[in-house]
Amino acid sequence: MKKLSVKSVVAIGIGAALFFVLGKVAIPSPVPNTNISLQYAVEAVFATLFGPIAGVLIGFIGHTLIDATSYGPWWSWIIASAFVGLVIGLATMKLNVEEGIDSKKLIHFNVAQIVAHLLAWGLVAPVLDILIYKEPIEKLFAQGLMASVSNIITTGVVGTLLLLGYAKTVVKKGSLEKED
Amino acid sequence: MARVALNYIKRQSPVHELTGTTKLVFFLAWSIVSMVTFDTRVLVCMLAVGAVIFKVSKITIRDISVVLGLAAIFLLLNNLFIYLFTPEYGVEVYESRDVLFTIVGRYTVTAQQLFYHLNITLKVICVVPIALLFIACTDPSEFASSLARIGVSYRAGYAVSLALRYIPDVQREYRNISQAQQARGIDLSGKDKLLTRLKNSVAILLPLIMSSINRIEVVSNAMELRGFGKEKKRTWYMQRKLNRNDWLAIALAAAIVAVGMTVTFWDGSRFYNPFL
Amino acid sequence: MAQPIISFKDYGFQYRAQASPTLHHINLDIYPGEKVLIAGASGSGKSTVGSCINGLIPYAYPGESTGELWVGGKDPKKESIFTLSQIVGTVLQDTDGQFIGLTVGEDIAFALENDCIPQDEMKLTVEETAKLVDIDHHLAYAPHELSGGQKQRVSLAGVMVEHVQALLFDEPLANLDPAAGRVTIELIDEVQKRTGAAVIIIEHRLEDVLWRSVDRIVLMNEGRIVADMPTKAFLADTKLLEHGIREPLYLTALRYAGVPITEELEPQHVNSLRLLEEHKGQVRAWYQKNEGLGRAKEQRRELLSVENLSFGYTSDVQNLKNISFSIREGEMVSIVGKNGAGKSTLAKLICGFEKPTSGRICLEGRDLLGDTIKERAQRIGYVMQNPNQMISKPMIWDEVEMALLAGGMSAEERRERVEDTLKICGLYPFRKWPVSALSFGQKKRVTIAGILVQQPRIIILDEPTAGQDYHHYTEIMEFLKGLNEQGFTIIMITHDMHLMLEYTPRAIAFCEGELLADTTAAHVLNDPALVRRANLKETSLYTLSMACGIENPQAFTERFIAYEEAHRQRQEG
Repeated sequence: MKKLSVKSVVAIGIGAALFFVLGKVAIPSPVPNTNISLQYAVEAVFATLFGPIAGVLIGFIGHTLIDATSYGPWWSWIIASAFVGLVIGLATMKLNVEEGIDSKKLIHFNVAQIVAHLLAWGLVAPVLDILIYKEPIEKLFAQGLMASVSNIITTGVVGTLLLLGYAKTVVKKGSLEKED
Repeated sequence: MARVALNYIKRQSPVHELTGTTKLVFFLAWSIVSMVTFDTRVLVCMLAVGAVIFKVSKITIRDISVVLGLAAIFLLLNNLFIYLFTPEYGVEVYESRDVLFTIVGRYTVTAQQLFYHLNITLKVICVVPIALLFIACTDPSEFASSLARIGVSYRAGYAVSLALRYIPDVQREYRNISQAQQARGIDLSGKDKLLTRLKNSVAILLPLIMSSINRIEVVSNAMELRGFGKEKKRTWYMQRKLNRNDWLAIALAAAIVAVGMTVTFWDGSRFYNPFL
Repeated sequence: MAQPIISFKDYGFQYRAQASPTLHHINLDIYPGEKVLIAGASGSGKSTVGSCINGLIPYAYPGESTGELWVGGKDPKKESIFTLSQIVGTVLQDTDGQFIGLTVGEDIAFALENDCIPQDEMKLTVEETAKLVDIDHHLAYAPHELSGGQKQRVSLAGVMVEHVQALLFDEPLANLDPAAGRVTIELIDEVQKRTGAAVIIIEHRLEDVLWRSVDRIVLMNEGRIVADMPTKAFLADTKLLEHGIREPLYLTALRYAGVPITEELEPQHVNSLRLLEEHKGQVRAWYQKNEGLGRAKEQRRELLSVENLSFGYTSDVQNLKNISFSIREGEMVSIVGKNGAGKSTLAKLICGFEKPTSGRICLEGRDLLGDTIKERAQRIGYVMQNPNQMISKPMIWDEVEMALLAGGMSAEERRERVEDTLKICGLYPFRKWPVSALSFGQKKRVTIAGILVQQPRIIILDEPTAGQDYHHYTEIMEFLKGLNEQGFTIIMITHDMHLMLEYTPRAIAFCEGELLADTTAAHVLNDPALVRRANLKETSLYTLSMACGIENPQAFTERFIAYEEAHRQRQEG
């Protein structure tokens, strides 16, 4: 594995802290028993800004901490969370959001996140659940579908707005403002 | 704002005295066995051993009642969903069918289904106490060095430590920002439409993320200024030497893996099938 | 003469992202054992000089440099940041950012861990260093259990374990209450005496740093060094007045009284002043001449009243104990006290973010208990300390309009309201700008505008000027004063003694959840017992007036403030 830069180490630590805190804030959604998971929007943004390794570890550490402090780790979903960060991180590696953002980049980001969530919740999580817990396929795929849809919507709306906001607030700073 | 349901609980007990490394190894071995096995005999034995360890740890049921409640709800819902989707899944797994009675339509109650539910519940129940003990009895300061000792790169290990360090700060910041934004009409729990609430959440998340990105810069500067990443290895202020009890615990973990796996796969299947 | 430990020779620097250089022709030598203050307004380049010394430039902030720079005889461009960090230890402004470990002990040990020092040796060094900064009884504490001053001690210990030859402090006073700031300056002084390291302090709060002697002051402006002289000579010069740095109050008072500031006066500290009888006479004469000055107060009707308010975040701790006071319409009030005394908690209760355990909060006689946060916000606005924690829209207009969108107003009404608010806040010309193009002070205005647009009766501001230099401080405070004159009632939570003296006639002091005093600002600062309990600091005006034999230091302070206000208006008008 390539040596992580100090900045990546810190981004992972703070990203995981954010993931944890947001995961603990339950926002009720109209579909019972599926909360809106804002942490995936933040994971997606951090994966885009700091790369796939940061994405994987933010999802893995953050989700493990959430589970470990609530009902014991449910590894299949933890791995799926890490997988989301990996896929988005890999797919957006050449996006360079720091240099500005346009609708092409936003579409790119959204395609990446849709693919990531579909694979993670529709494939990785259920397959692992079958392997580990031998749960019935019907239940798992229904659950996976619900999680995919809800996370895609959350990441699509919130993640996109966050990236836009980030690009508009940060990028211009260097060229306009005096440093102090 | 949800408080962290479980934290490190400082007590004097043999479990607390074990090094973080030992507890991490034990916890990992334990979760692997409980994930792999579906053998009721193994699960029941593990549950018994888990109960003894819990007793020794001096952590009380009261300390972890919130977490246990959450786990119970989770289990209940999970079981309910499985039954609703596939009421005769047990029949498939155990390759036999003994109908006890029928609720309505396809919703029969079979001995096999009940046994399947028992097993899946046992699987979760036997991990919960060990996972909780791992969190409640391990000084967070030992996490990073423990990960490093079992071979995880110290950089990744330190990221865990940083996450633990900054969770309270991020939590406080989230609360402050969300209160200030609520005063400007931003409410996430209200009765607005889903899309509106998602959009509203950006009003809280954007400042939170911008300040986190700023924090990343400050913290990484501070770490670099104090030589983080200079060498291939690093030493740890909070690391402790493994002593006799540690080795005993690790031996116990190894034994559980060996025995558990052997018993489970003796007959070539992960399931213990009393019906055939 | 010894070799300088840090030496800039005709040095210039330009950040990669910037269009023009930030530093020009810097010539500066710092010798072992020296104590140097680098002062200057925000954007003067003083922090950049700091980053050059500790190696963040060019390591973390790339850019182009010209001329020469030597740190400990080495060229930073050719060394790693690690080598430099063993020569220069840096204590950053943000003590929470610098506190990396989960406990005090781990944090102090951080650099040693990275050096692969064996554990036994490490524990010993940590113990010794912790003793040196008097934090050895807190080794197992987590950061959130410590005060700002204690965290700073930890930061200091964390860089001292490396036996560095120079210590660099980046705005060490910015996040501390006045008493803690004073202790920090004393601590820096002691540490230097014991270790003999060179000390470089980057700070714009001149008078506070001069609480302990400083050998030399370097003043920066627009990326250049405009003065580099011994403290005495520096204070006798009037250069600092032109560059956004505030002169110590006692010197300003002496100038008002017509006393010439010379090196012979020993102007570096209020206690070192060698005032001749003639000078004291001048000060007394000035005091008597300005007898009429002082603020006249008119009593208006009561707007907000807090009655027997108690509150605790957990059931076993009381963060506020039986608090009662009232605020009248059109007032401008300071709430002061030590960190953790309950000031911010009080603001949260008034805004409805938290619910009191007992007691009432009434606005115009009506109990607010049943009102939601949103309903209260229509009458009581709350502005957070850091504008970056509030701004959530990229465009100024959207940010200001945000609070109105939830209210069901028509687009036309909203437009009018936003326009009016932007005009009040002097932001109308920028209405189409992105927020990112604004300075910190302007951003602060945007957040205030975002609150004012709801037309509240009262605005509560948390530390409105924290971390701001004198220029921005004045800009923000004059703006708030203008709002106050337009009829807004303003409550400020602050650590800043000058702010309290100059802008708020009344101050409410808290200590450990109790209301300690509710009186005039000048009275608070001239009552030594009160000053001690609230972790404040008496002003040098108090000491000066005593030295000159003026019996009523409070009246002296009041006349000084009034005189200064009139003076400022004369200059502007």
